Amino acid sequence: MNNRWTLYDPRLAWMLIAPVLLLLIFFLVLPIAVMAAYTFFTFVTAGVETSTLTTANWQEFFTDSYYSGFLLKTLRVGAITALLCGVLGYFPAYFIWATTFKHKWLLLLLLIVPFWISFTIRTFSWINILGEQGVINVALLKLGIISEPLPMLYNEGAVILGLLHFLLPYMILNVYVSLEGIDRTLISAARSMGCTSAQAFREVTLPLSLPGLAAGLLLCFVLAAGSYVTPQLLGSGRDALFGNLIYDTIMGELNWPMGATLSIVLFVVLGFFAAIYTRYMGMSQIVKGLGG
Amino acid sequence: MTARKEEGRWAWRLTGFVTLCVYIFMFAPILATVILSFNASMFGGFPMTGFSLQWYAKLMNNDAVLSAFRTSLWIALVTAAITTAIGVVTAFALVRFEFPGKQALSTLVILPALVPETILGVGLLVLIKAADQPRTMLLLVLGHIMLAVPYVVLIAQARMVGIRRVYEEAALSLGASRFASFREITLPLLIPAVVGGALLAFTISFDNTSASLFWRPAGVETMPTQILSMLKISISPEINALGTVMILVTVGIPLLGGLILQSLTRLKRRGEPKEETT
Repeated sequence: MNNRWTLYDPRLAWMLIAPVLLLLIFFLVLPIAVMAAYTFFTFVTAGVETSTLTTANWQEFFTDSYYSGFLLKTLRVGAITALLCGVLGYFPAYFIWATTFKHKWLLLLLLIVPFWISFTIRTFSWINILGEQGVINVALLKLGIISEPLPMLYNEGAVILGLLHFLLPYMILNVYVSLEGIDRTLISAARSMGCTSAQAFREVTLPLSLPGLAAGLLLCFVLAAGSYVTPQLLGSGRDALFGNLIYDTIMGELNWPMGATLSIVLFVVLGFFAAIYTRYMGMSQIVKGLGG
Repeated sequence: MTARKEEGRWAWRLTGFVTLCVYIFMFAPILATVILSFNASMFGGFPMTGFSLQWYAKLMNNDAVLSAFRTSLWIALVTAAITTAIGVVTAFALVRFEFPGKQALSTLVILPALVPETILGVGLLVLIKAADQPRTMLLLVLGHIMLAVPYVVLIAQARMVGIRRVYEEAALSLGASRFASFREITLPLLIPAVVGGALLAFTISFDNTSASLFWRPAGVETMPTQILSMLKISISPEINALGTVMILVTVGIPLLGGLILQSLTRLKRRGEPKEETT
């Protein structure tokens, strides 16, 4: 027993963790702390601010409906995307889990492949589908169904479509992981006691897969609400989301205190949703979903 | 009874149909991009007017693209190497050791994967502005390492849990040093997670866009930021060719890695008696 204690000395553990811990402190914890302090700095002119403390940034945020409008729109787009992901992602997850297809691994591999393809490329590839010279418009024009190209790009629908394309694999894998955790004898038991397959699904499989679905919904919501590239490439100026607002405030207007304020707002709002989730579900499902 | 069976079959067919649609949805745009990269037309769109490799040739002469590609490649290689080293060691500590604060630390480690990149991007920028430091390459690489750490740790942790500690303890009791037991016993058993983690770290870094936009030093373009700035000007077929090359690199490398790994384990299995790792 004594020997074991020295074998797993906590001091050694801290030494092993030190590099990652230091990195996280300097690149994650400290930046967010400094950013929180920056929200009280005074903006003088583009790129210049003083450390005179003020609540002006927060007052501007809470009184100007421009900002709350942006926040609400972002949350709405995030929620719509997450829900669509949930509905569309459940079917493939269930199919892969339940299928007797011999090359199931191939279906799973195909879900992982998009993670490897550059996100920017996956997003702009939609221009080749929805654009004026995209597959859909060219096909419809050739068939004589339309005479003018349909304007399908640069609107909120295109942004949501792009986000859906980016986030569906996350959702499917999350639901799949939690379906895999179900003891299949439970379903056989339900069937043998007279459940129809639909009832067995409703009463056994669906409830048991809800943790994965919830983890997927949270992940999709947070990632959609924090997105920057998708609205930039597939949306018009009016479809910009909160991430774009932050980028423009800092890189365009060089208003650092306001940019910090907006970042902290997004951090707190998304953290609030994550906290509600972990309060009921715990962290473990997210960990499983991210680990693949 | 037959009606019920019928109902179940329709539900299953619907599931299969939606699944097929989702897969088409996932891959159609990528396929369109690959096809269009061979288009002879001057405009980046359909219809196809003929087969041509001219956009690839043009790409090979585009200095901005080539230098962005080299930059991204270097950053991704360094990120993959360092993240794998520190991530695997962290996973080892988190799985094998018990110490106060372990739970909080496990949560902290996965945070970079959950906090939106825009926030991470702005945060670091505000910090270095407050400290009056310039944006450097080192900063960009360290930032990428932070973004990749959660994935490497999670993958290594999942594998680590399956490796029984008695193997290491046996080596230790036979007189191996701590480091030797890790190198000779734990690390070889962890190899799949090490390779998997390194590949993922590589692609995360190579693919990173939003955070790189904030962190890159003035005048430096990585591949994704280069693509973004090209897209801002116009959608030329050159971008489709570039996309196809990128797909080949980022999909080809992991697939190749997976194949090598598979043949490696097959070779090893032939030489060793069967072992139980769970």
